[in-house]
Amino acid sequence: MQLRESSLHKKGLRRFISDFRLYKKHWALAVLLLPTIIYFVIFKYIPISGLAMAFKDYKIGLGIWASPWVGLDNFSFAFSTATFTRAFTNTVIISFLKILTGFPAPIILALLLNEVRHMKYKRTIQTISYLPHFLSWVIVAGLFSQLLSPTTGVVNYVLKTYFGLDKPIYFLGSNDWFRGTLIVTDIWKDVGWGSILYIASIAGIDPSMYEAAVCDGANRFQRLRYITLPSLMPTITIMLILRVGNVMVAGFDQIFNLYNPAVYKTADIIDTFVYRYGIGQMKYSLSTAVGLFQNLIGFVMVVGMNFVANKINDSGIW
Amino acid sequence: MKDKANWFDVLLYLFLGLFAISIVFAFEHLLSLSFSPSYVATKGGFHLLPVDATLDNYQKVLESKYIWMGYKNTLIRTIFGTVLQLTVTSMGAYALSKRFFPHRSAWTFMIVFTMFFSGGLIPTYILIVNLGLMNSYAAMILPGLVSAFNLVIMRNYFMSLPEEIEESCMIDGAGRFRIFFQIVLPLSKPILATVALWLAVGHWNSWFDVLIYITDDKLFTLQIVLRRIIITGTQQMVDLNVSSEVMNQMQASPEGVKAAAIFVATLPILAVYPFIQKYFVKGIMIGSLKG
Repeated sequence: MQLRESSLHKKGLRRFISDFRLYKKHWALAVLLLPTIIYFVIFKYIPISGLAMAFKDYKIGLGIWASPWVGLDNFSFAFSTATFTRAFTNTVIISFLKILTGFPAPIILALLLNEVRHMKYKRTIQTISYLPHFLSWVIVAGLFSQLLSPTTGVVNYVLKTYFGLDKPIYFLGSNDWFRGTLIVTDIWKDVGWGSILYIASIAGIDPSMYEAAVCDGANRFQRLRYITLPSLMPTITIMLILRVGNVMVAGFDQIFNLYNPAVYKTADIIDTFVYRYGIGQMKYSLSTAVGLFQNLIGFVMVVGMNFVANKINDSGIW
Repeated sequence: MKDKANWFDVLLYLFLGLFAISIVFAFEHLLSLSFSPSYVATKGGFHLLPVDATLDNYQKVLESKYIWMGYKNTLIRTIFGTVLQLTVTSMGAYALSKRFFPHRSAWTFMIVFTMFFSGGLIPTYILIVNLGLMNSYAAMILPGLVSAFNLVIMRNYFMSLPEEIEESCMIDGAGRFRIFFQIVLPLSKPILATVALWLAVGHWNSWFDVLIYITDDKLFTLQIVLRRIIITGTQQMVDLNVSSEVMNQMQASPEGVKAAAIFVATLPILAVYPFIQKYFVKGIMIGSLKG
């Protein structure tokens, strides 16, 4: 950042303009870059300009630019509806629940795997734990809707037969259970994959620290507490900060494939809201406004959290 | 460093074992159902092995022309999509890996910025409609042609290659294109392989773009056919673009058929998974480098 600012300072602009002459010299590289730039302009920057729809009453016949401006009407309308408020609250709640549980899970798995001394056993567990990450949520949702079915699902069967539960639990159909199901299936799918980074960090810890600790008579728990965890802290901090920055990401693929109208109350998030109102009911301006609102919060959170990361230990992503 | 095995180890091995079993069992149970007649699934219960083993479910799934069309479309988008994405991304990444390239940081910023702020679902959807890309393979490939993340990773890799090789080729009279395609790309096989695997799995598993951009049955990919088969019933009322023909054929699929469909669609991934798994693990480490 610092460098970029100073290079643009004063003489910067003149140099910036004179740099255009260099394209002739490096024309071959420019040709290689061209498709990428065209792609980003068409498929990324034109949609960003299309965000103007959020401030217009978009009419399909007129197109984005000819449609009349309406100021903040779409926003004030969205904010006044209970459905939007519900979607916003659900997004934040589900996201925080996932941070609370899904964030520590891979760290715990990595620490546990680190204690396993039979390499074959460890490798088998790891290989199995990565597998669900490679399947789409369509497949995983299909899998769980069968396993968790109140009538034919094996989970309810086990609860009834071995734990004496009288009434089946509607894991995917009741507002009391749906969020819990989201959390558990989320961990089930991605905990193994998430642990890779931490396992690698643990492998990078200097073994002489452990040797010294053993000489001093530290047992396994003391080594875990005073060597492994502190060594992991920088990785954990940066991952947590990045995760909090993505608070508006509550997991569209998962929720969209698992939810149904019976659980909209606890499961409808902004992304699913935008899909249903935008693509489904063709309320383009309204859903663009809601999407933009979510986008802006997400952007501020990511930039803010990155700033925090840089302040703490220069571990931001830029 | 050897402590004696104690109760903690027993609990540890048991816990990790149960966790792994929960994953294996979920598939194993479903596999048993897919080989069992439908009354077994309706009755419920706990199955490690098929009851009254039968191939009926698989026969029904394999008879559906949608499964085969889905396979075809998925293969087409995976192959063409991966090749095209890899080509364009590596070309762009190479240009931006050169420190002397004019306005290099401005171009990079323009690309990386889209990782944090985008037009979002609806403006992108309107663009695809206006470009006339609805119901085409292009709608499955072009909107995600270059990922900023992959581009930055490749750029970093190219930057780590020794400059001297390229310089000596230049002296020998090779042009930029030749250096890129005949020297740089072959030297970058590890990163190309990793990114290609990410892209291929992404295409194979991708479903949302098909859901919104494709209304023609003939272009449905495997994931969407599967979605129709396994999620209809709970989801169909809120679902869009549902072709009535597919719907009628797939409506109320018995559990056994759903299970068989899941395996028919997942088999390629399960088959190659043990062999490619380690490349992904390597890839995630490359990806975690600061950009």
